[in-house]
Amino acid sequence: MSTVRNVIEVDSEKVDLKSRSLAAFLAWLIPGAGHYYQGRTIKAGLFFVCIMSTWLLGFALGGFNVVYASWQPGDRRWQYPLQAGVGLAAMPAIVQSLHAKSNTIDNQTKPGFQPFFKGFMAPPNRPVLDNEVDEVSAYYARYGAGYEMGTLYTIIAGLLNILVIYDAYSGPLSVPISGRRPKDDEDEEQASENTEKQAEPASPAEV
Amino acid sequence: MSITFTYLLYYVPLIVAVSLVFGATRHENLQLIIRHSLGTARWITGFMLILMVVLFFFDWVL
Repeated sequence: MSTVRNVIEVDSEKVDLKSRSLAAFLAWLIPGAGHYYQGRTIKAGLFFVCIMSTWLLGFALGGFNVVYASWQPGDRRWQYPLQAGVGLAAMPAIVQSLHAKSNTIDNQTKPGFQPFFKGFMAPPNRPVLDNEVDEVSAYYARYGAGYEMGTLYTIIAGLLNILVIYDAYSGPLSVPISGRRPKDDEDEEQASENTEKQAEPASPAEV
Repeated sequence: MSITFTYLLYYVPLIVAVSLVFGATRHENLQLIIRHSLGTARWITGFMLILMVVLFFFDWVL
């Protein structure tokens, strides 16, 4: 892919997407990092603040237990792949999951198993026994709606970062025609004209 | 309403983040990003309000 093909023009601004694949990978790893690499610093900061604050707020609302990777019977954590859209921040859950899996035999966690990092992003022990408290039910009981909202917040943060990855790879999404109104078009034309005027050198008469 | 009004506060950070990210993934110009974000926030809020009215109506009727 030539360098020229990686330069696009949006809102009358030239954007050098540089290495698109690397930018997309960085965007997944840390929200906004891909844009920072491309020199789109304002958008990088905006994405980082919006996505990470949503993700961290959700993580806190759920008592820091809403992000974990588990595919055990009775606890298929389908939410995790969506939460993992934020990249590095969700990766400790993979480490914990692999560690727990290596200590699980016949869907039963070995007695005395200790997760890493004091259980940070660790999946609950399995199976649930009649005489034991189900850890997931305990999360719900302890945090109530916060647990559900925390899960939702972290999912939304992960999904939003998919849009950001796309933006880092291909540039801004096109505005749907159905969402355009004549006023918006006029405003964009005005913004475009203003940018062109600023770019033009002053005429001799003005000097 | 079966939930307290404070539950609606969960909506505020979400709408801010979602609107800004939506706007920023469609524009490069900051002014246009903010304008698009306001439009998105207004649209989503309106849609949610309509849903709320419909649900209130069914709650009242049924």
